[in-house]
Amino acid sequence: MALARTRSVALMGVTGHLVDVEAAITSGTPGLHLVGLPDTALSEARDRVRAAIMHSGEEWPVRHTTVALGPAGLPKAGAGFDVAIAVAILAAAGELALSECADLVMLGELGLDGRIRPVPGVLPAVLGAAEAGCHTVVVPRANQVEAELVPDVKVIAVGSLRALLCHLRHEPPPLEPDEPVEQPPPSVAEPTRSRRGSLDLADVRGQGEARRALEVSAAGGHHLFLLGPPGCGKTMLAERLPTLLPPLDRKMALEVTAIHSIAGALPPGSPLIDRAPFTSPHHNASKSAILGGGSSRRVVPGSISLAHNGVLFIDEAPEFAGGVLDSLRQPMESGEVCIDRSGVSTRFPAMFTLVMAANPCPCAAAKVLQCRCSPSARSRYLAKISGPLLDRVDIKLELSPATRAELRYDLENAESSATVAARVQDARDRALTRMSGLPWRSNSEIPGPELRRRFPVSPESLTPLERALQEGSLSARGMDRALRTAWTLADLAARDTPAPWDTAEALDLWRGHRP
Amino acid sequence: MNAGHELGRRGENAAVRYLEGLGWRVLARNWRCAEGELDIVAHDGSRHVVCEVKTRRSRAYGDPAEAITITKALRLRRLAGRWAREHGLRASSMRIDLIGLVGGGADGFTVDHLKEVA
Repeated sequence: MALARTRSVALMGVTGHLVDVEAAITSGTPGLHLVGLPDTALSEARDRVRAAIMHSGEEWPVRHTTVALGPAGLPKAGAGFDVAIAVAILAAAGELALSECADLVMLGELGLDGRIRPVPGVLPAVLGAAEAGCHTVVVPRANQVEAELVPDVKVIAVGSLRALLCHLRHEPPPLEPDEPVEQPPPSVAEPTRSRRGSLDLADVRGQGEARRALEVSAAGGHHLFLLGPPGCGKTMLAERLPTLLPPLDRKMALEVTAIHSIAGALPPGSPLIDRAPFTSPHHNASKSAILGGGSSRRVVPGSISLAHNGVLFIDEAPEFAGGVLDSLRQPMESGEVCIDRSGVSTRFPAMFTLVMAANPCPCAAAKVLQCRCSPSARSRYLAKISGPLLDRVDIKLELSPATRAELRYDLENAESSATVAARVQDARDRALTRMSGLPWRSNSEIPGPELRRRFPVSPESLTPLERALQEGSLSARGMDRALRTAWTLADLAARDTPAPWDTAEALDLWRGHRP
Repeated sequence: MNAGHELGRRGENAAVRYLEGLGWRVLARNWRCAEGELDIVAHDGSRHVVCEVKTRRSRAYGDPAEAITITKALRLRRLAGRWAREHGLRASSMRIDLIGLVGGGADGFTVDHLKEVA
């Protein structure tokens, strides 16, 4: 009768919860019994752990062995508990000193030969362990850099169970052949874009108005809708929005990296994502792919959470399946998404800037005169983007193809991303100074009531908005939205409060040129 | 009798010697009924114990103790119940142990005694 305990971490959303892994050897028929709400991959740990222990030159205890993962009510998923289970069993069998492993947090999947494979979600797991007061973690060697992003935690990176056992027994590490560091498993989500470096706003010719709109969106985090014929540069513009955004600060970068880690979408080698992420789901995406989903045991973040602190680009918006676009409405308001499955409700942060693009009609003619669509087909097409969704979009813009004169003029005057990004940074700094001590990081995040109470605007500046409200062309929410944009315009122009022409421009941007 | 039977026989003899060395009283060997056979029934001083003996020449094909699956353990429990009734005892007072033996060469067997397997 022997008992041993180690620790590991179960993830609920982006929160890591400490899990006690206990192994008990008792009387009864020999065998390994795993209890504590495991999913399929975790139940298979039974077979992986046994083979790994035997191939690491250790004795497999032929006894009735029970491994309990507690708290038992917390759902646990994935193969990341293998290492903790193996060490707990060996400690219960008396092969290891109990004191050596009782307070260690261990993450990693075991190969049948005892290799330790990388697992997704190491960063949030190590963060969770650190918050729970555990400051030594064992991680797969391929996840070492990711784990070391967490401050004040001692990271023990190991490549095999044998190496870990030598470490725990204070023996010299085994002389292993130079095994390559195992690469993370192929990502289930689209890996973060690496061609970002080559994009620049100067690549876009013409479209001065759209460039201005992009700058405003970047400065205040405002949602953007681009309507225009194919080839006028909607996608080019959207892809360049991240190049205007300031780099993420440490806290935001860790948030973003944690989400991408869970989705298995971290770029190998340099895991910290410190630039604003950009995701552009294809229009065949399901609601679960966009919002996040999965089984009740394992909920994975969707596109909107991968775009947290960055840009979500919805290209060809009317082509998305019914309901998918409207499901964005709540996350846009609350900055997070709640995914409910039977028995669990998981929250993922989703504070993104939405950029939607659409053609004006199904035939997508370059000029309105060439359009062959019936009026009803045109209105049906755009009606797929619902009013309530557009109501939440601060900047709506109708693009037309750039003219020859515009293109020629623009060759000399196109501003680079760096120039615009500097102005954006200044505007954001002004906003941050104004909001110092408050929890918001950009104008678009301020809730409506707080906006009106804390940041009053002069009556003259409010006049354009109030007139529109009276006419009925502006909703109450639209007014708040336009006010936020007006503050951003004032920040960009280095004014202390919005001038009447700021609110007027904000109103124009909110209304757009509705077809 | 083939080599396997021969080894099993020697294993059971070794198990009996081992139990007697512990001070247990062996009451029956190879007790048979319609449902099967009990290798050894012994008394350990406080309880009646059914001992299932498994003998292997080496661990190459698994530990002898691993040969006891849950169905085999349940069958042993039923057999133990029959033995108990026949001897006027309560079935619940019986205990079932497993004795795994490995070896059989010049230096004898190594004994692995698992108590209360079913």
